[in-house]
Amino acid sequence: MKYALLIYSPATAEEYAAAATAGRQAAPGRGPWTDYTQAAKDAGVLLGAEQLTHTETATSVRFAGEDRLITDGPFMETKEHLLGFYLIDVPDLDAALDWARRMPVHDGQTVEVRTAMTGMAWQRVLG
Amino acid sequence: MAAGPGVTRLEHAFREEWGAVVAALARRFGDLQAAEDAAAEAFAAAAATWPETGVPPNPGGWLTVTAWRKAIDAHRAAGRAAAVDPQLLSDVTAAEESEMPEAPDLLGDDRLGLIFACCHPALALEVRIALTLRYVAGLTTKEIAAAFLVPEPTLAQRLVRAKRKIRESGIHFEVPAAARLTERLAGVRTVVYLVFNEGFAATGGDKLIRGELCEEAIWLARLLHTLLPADAETAGLLALLLLHHSRAAARTDSAGTPVLLAEQDRSRWDAALIAEGMSVLDEALARRSPGTYQLQAAIAALHAAAPSFDDTDWPQIALLYGSLARLDPSPVVAVNRSVAVGMADGPLAGLAVLEPVLASGALDGYSPLHAAHAALLEKAGYPERARGAWAKATETSAVPALREELFRRHENP
Repeated sequence: MKYALLIYSPATAEEYAAAATAGRQAAPGRGPWTDYTQAAKDAGVLLGAEQLTHTETATSVRFAGEDRLITDGPFMETKEHLLGFYLIDVPDLDAALDWARRMPVHDGQTVEVRTAMTGMAWQRVLG
Repeated sequence: MAAGPGVTRLEHAFREEWGAVVAALARRFGDLQAAEDAAAEAFAAAAATWPETGVPPNPGGWLTVTAWRKAIDAHRAAGRAAAVDPQLLSDVTAAEESEMPEAPDLLGDDRLGLIFACCHPALALEVRIALTLRYVAGLTTKEIAAAFLVPEPTLAQRLVRAKRKIRESGIHFEVPAAARLTERLAGVRTVVYLVFNEGFAATGGDKLIRGELCEEAIWLARLLHTLLPADAETAGLLALLLLHHSRAAARTDSAGTPVLLAEQDRSRWDAALIAEGMSVLDEALARRSPGTYQLQAAIAALHAAAPSFDDTDWPQIALLYGSLARLDPSPVVAVNRSVAVGMADGPLAGLAVLEPVLASGALDGYSPLHAAHAALLEKAGYPERARGAWAKATETSAVPALREELFRRHENP
């Protein structure tokens, strides 16, 4: 089954920008996230992963009747923001939770585990 | 065969077989709702035909095979309606010939798999309890709703959501891998213990002992012990529940007022339950893998063996509570320990154990803390302060019958 591991963090935009700079400058092939990603890849479960910019930079398109309203900011102002995700393919929820538990996230962060649905008509387009 | 015996046999078969049929189907379909629907159809078919044809030689096998066919039919019908995940449908169709269970697996991985799924930590605790009572113990939604004082539709809705989550989030009906087993098994024991506790202590409602829940919990603990005979803590849990339940008849008087341990008529304790509890405990302790349930059961066994409250091996009980407090340093354990230490080493020693709990304020709303405090103060010769503690115990008690008893003590200490 496919699972999305969604990483939520209460980091402010400034804290996150500093962490992102450090992440780019880190020596290649080093660091906990590199190790984690490598482990998931080596285990053959990794389908994809993305790290997003802070929600402070988000732009939302709101649908109201015929109107498409462009607004500055995220869908919802919350303390915790979705900052990235891993997409993995494992046999069951227990295995997905194990990968979630292994994530080198900071204290106060949350990883939400969600199953990806299969067998939907639109997915046949993806082949 | 006459209608009577057929129906009786069906009733007799129901509890054991229903759980096993649901477990067999749930594991193969990964879908508790489908398993439940198919089992219901199979049992309805049995109720309709057995009184005429007689009970088949292998009723469990008949029920499982019938349920299996009903489930396959339902999946095919749903597949035609294109509402079903085609991958799941092809899995089921592929499994159809090879995996058809010939008889329900009353004591094996199907049964355990269902228990572990119902007690999965990804489900809310009250949902785990409800699922376990419904699908492992075979209680009806109505019975569970009544026991937990929730409206039946609310409980039914909770179960529907839980079944959907199990199916869609990929909770499998399997025994967890070795690396996860210890933790997951502890979670299962907690669910069984909480069911018992709900019946034993009754946090709400007017009846002090909801004995049926206690019996369900013992049934569950016995099943778990039969499935995992080598697990010492599971045996410890069963022993603890048996020993606690042995006092059920003596815990309230004819008017329903709770009777404290010190004043219980020990001749009303159930000797058979005590004997079974002690033998299960001996077996567990011989495995030399100690744990909190075995320690609590050992304490309960010492109470069960004592001819009277005063003539109880309090030093040994205080020692066991000391071990328990090291494994489980919770304030509730400290409260119980203070009572034992008070009996073994005098009220001042008991008060010393209670001091940090009182100071922390963590259990301010916990009636047994104040009752223990009051009794120790009384014995230590502080009647004024004892009256204050009795008053607090009365205020915080959730059970009306217990409140009356505490009030009586607070007025006439």
